[in-house]
Amino acid sequence: MRKSRTLNLGTGSFVLLGFAALFFLTTQTTSRGLSWFGPPRYEVTAKFDNVGDLKVGAPVSMSGVEIGRVAKIDFDSKDYKAVVLLRLNTRYDKIPTDSDASIYTQGLLGGKFIGITAGGADTFLKDQDHIDFTQSAFVLENLIGQVLANFTKSKADALDAAPANPKAPEKTK
Amino acid sequence: MFKELWESFTDALEGLGSVIHFLFRLVVHSPSALLRFNLISQQIFNSGAFSLVIIMLSGLFVGMVLGLQGFQLLQRFGSEEALGTAATIGLVKELGPVVTALLFAGRAGTALASELGLMRATDQISAMEMMAVDPIKRVVVPRFLGGVISMPLLAAIFCVIGIYGAQLVGVQIMGVDAGSFWSQMRSAVSLKDVTEGIAKSLVFGVACSLIAVYQGYYATPTAEGVGRATTSTVVTSAVVILFLDYLITAAFL
Repeated sequence: MRKSRTLNLGTGSFVLLGFAALFFLTTQTTSRGLSWFGPPRYEVTAKFDNVGDLKVGAPVSMSGVEIGRVAKIDFDSKDYKAVVLLRLNTRYDKIPTDSDASIYTQGLLGGKFIGITAGGADTFLKDQDHIDFTQSAFVLENLIGQVLANFTKSKADALDAAPANPKAPEKTK
Repeated sequence: MFKELWESFTDALEGLGSVIHFLFRLVVHSPSALLRFNLISQQIFNSGAFSLVIIMLSGLFVGMVLGLQGFQLLQRFGSEEALGTAATIGLVKELGPVVTALLFAGRAGTALASELGLMRATDQISAMEMMAVDPIKRVVVPRFLGGVISMPLLAAIFCVIGIYGAQLVGVQIMGVDAGSFWSQMRSAVSLKDVTEGIAKSLVFGVACSLIAVYQGYYATPTAEGVGRATTSTVVTSAVVILFLDYLITAAFL
């Protein structure tokens, strides 16, 4: 009887330890499960012209401190914009209503995240509020396109400048 | 020579067939064995709880090595913060299940095989059959189920200890920021990575326990036969684990 008790105790604690480890792996090392046990949160939305490759679960930060996460990314077919639902920690509830949200890139090749810059209003964002001032993701292709367009334009300008015709640059556009 | 090759090929096929047949017998008897949970509980204790120390120590050192190697590599690209992600994905998906299964085959598989082989050699199994006790039901199935239940739990413990080992080296010694270590890990590791690891450890648990139990139960009833059964348990388990690892990785891609 005594022996079977210690044996069951050993088996029980081993199985408990094993399941605790499984639980840790599923909830603590993944982005899943954080919302169940995390601090209380409130939700605000922001509309962007282009979110680039922003992903659900990406961090939302203010002055580099993580204050929440992206909960949902949706498309608004009325004004053709991306609607991003941000779930913010209630500890940070003193964000002015005229703050602006921009999409930045972590490092050179890292993922996208949303950075919020505080505005100057006296009222603060509440649950289900909307951030009006946004700045879209920096899309590398667009930038390269702009650089190329500028480059060819300045070349054309240089060529047009030689015959001294002021109207020509408008035509080449 | 072709005849010999053909014979060894048919022998291998026959062995595979009898292992599968044995697995079916074990599965058929499993539900009734679950009713006598004391027997299984004892086997979980034998093959699981006794493997705990070696699993935890190996997990710690594997994690520490990952932390060190990962740091050296990631430092070249200036992204030491990704260490948490790299170590966790490496541990949860690959190293955790595979190394645990190899250790499990060495620690628990050999014990199972030699125990059953010795039972066969000392006619204990025949004695049970004489008393109309089904040795498969009474002896083999509890050992098999004990191994199947223990293996995923051991792999999970290995992973957690390994992650803390990587954290110990990366954060405490090498000076990676603890916050970015954990937050990058959380944003990059998906639940699919964890389920892949759990699926692997489940399959490896079935494979390891089945091979050990089969080798022991059908061991030649001599001292030499028991020794050979123990050896081939480790060798076969190692090859089968690495083969299955490739298959499951491909299936989860």
